[in-house]
Amino acid sequence: MKIDVNINGAPQKLAASNLFDALTELGFADAAVATALNEEFVPATQRRTCTLSNGDRLEILAPMQGG
Amino acid sequence: MRAFYGIILDTPLMLGTAQYPSPKILADAFKASHASVATVSLRRESGRKQAGQDFWSLIRDLGVHILPNTAGCYTVKEAVTTAHMAREVFNTPWIKLEVIGHTDTLQPDVFALVEAAKILVKDGFEVFPYTTEDLVVAEKLLHAGCEVLMPWGAPIGSGQGLNNLQGLRSLRAYFPDTPLVVDAGIGLPSHAAQAMELGYDAVLLNTAVAKAGDPAQMAQAMALAIEAGQTAATADPMEPRDMATPSTPVIGKAFLT
Repeated sequence: MKIDVNINGAPQKLAASNLFDALTELGFADAAVATALNEEFVPATQRRTCTLSNGDRLEILAPMQGG
Repeated sequence: MRAFYGIILDTPLMLGTAQYPSPKILADAFKASHASVATVSLRRESGRKQAGQDFWSLIRDLGVHILPNTAGCYTVKEAVTTAHMAREVFNTPWIKLEVIGHTDTLQPDVFALVEAAKILVKDGFEVFPYTTEDLVVAEKLLHAGCEVLMPWGAPIGSGQGLNNLQGLRSLRAYFPDTPLVVDAGIGLPSHAAQAMELGYDAVLLNTAVAKAGDPAQMAQAMALAIEAGQTAATADPMEPRDMATPSTPVIGKAFLT
């Protein structure tokens, strides 16, 4: 049973039930990314225990050009 | 030389990484500039393209200090959360703290800036606040635990130079022991030289180099100007005068009238 999560502003269905598995499912297993769930920062060390629910808003951010 | 949270920079140039025509031109500009700090940011990553990973690899290869920013943040909460995310990705306690007040001028919201700085210092960050030249705000930022101040020269990306020379001069005089960086508004090497002549410790710029027709050449020009300005500042420049004084000796002049 998949859940509906809004990822970086776009609706998506996920089989994963925690943040760690979600990142693997989305292809970010080895990527340098930081995450926020429902506007709260989730450190990498807490991804396995961070459960996802229907309607959650997930932000996945990566290094980008900046001034 | 003033240290930035214990770090003495090899050169007083902090260079942004945005708006270059290509990654290669970015790398060439960095080499030509001899910048010792690169500013970076965080944005949403797509699972398929993962452009951020390639960018991060390029920046790491530059071998410079990394200064992540909170660009585009308009609230304390947004800036603090972004800072935490940046610390994890870039593995540095340094954060260029931007809390923007206006979309048109990108002027810092100094009230929110002080509040965010207090939180981040308590959370163990080494904060580089993007601020104005206001002395009272500067004092409050230092009381919040900031050990560096980064007043704007002019609005971000405007290339106007140093709009409030006297304000920047006062800031330098008022905080003689604090590392100061002119951040934003630099358009030409002469602006960068002027900042260094004021006794500032570094210049942070991006658009002036990235948007030049030849970014690497402009980067080199900036490096030369910054070095000239820094050298001049330590040479104890003369005081300006209102009236002329002859530089050629008057004594011994022939009487020919």
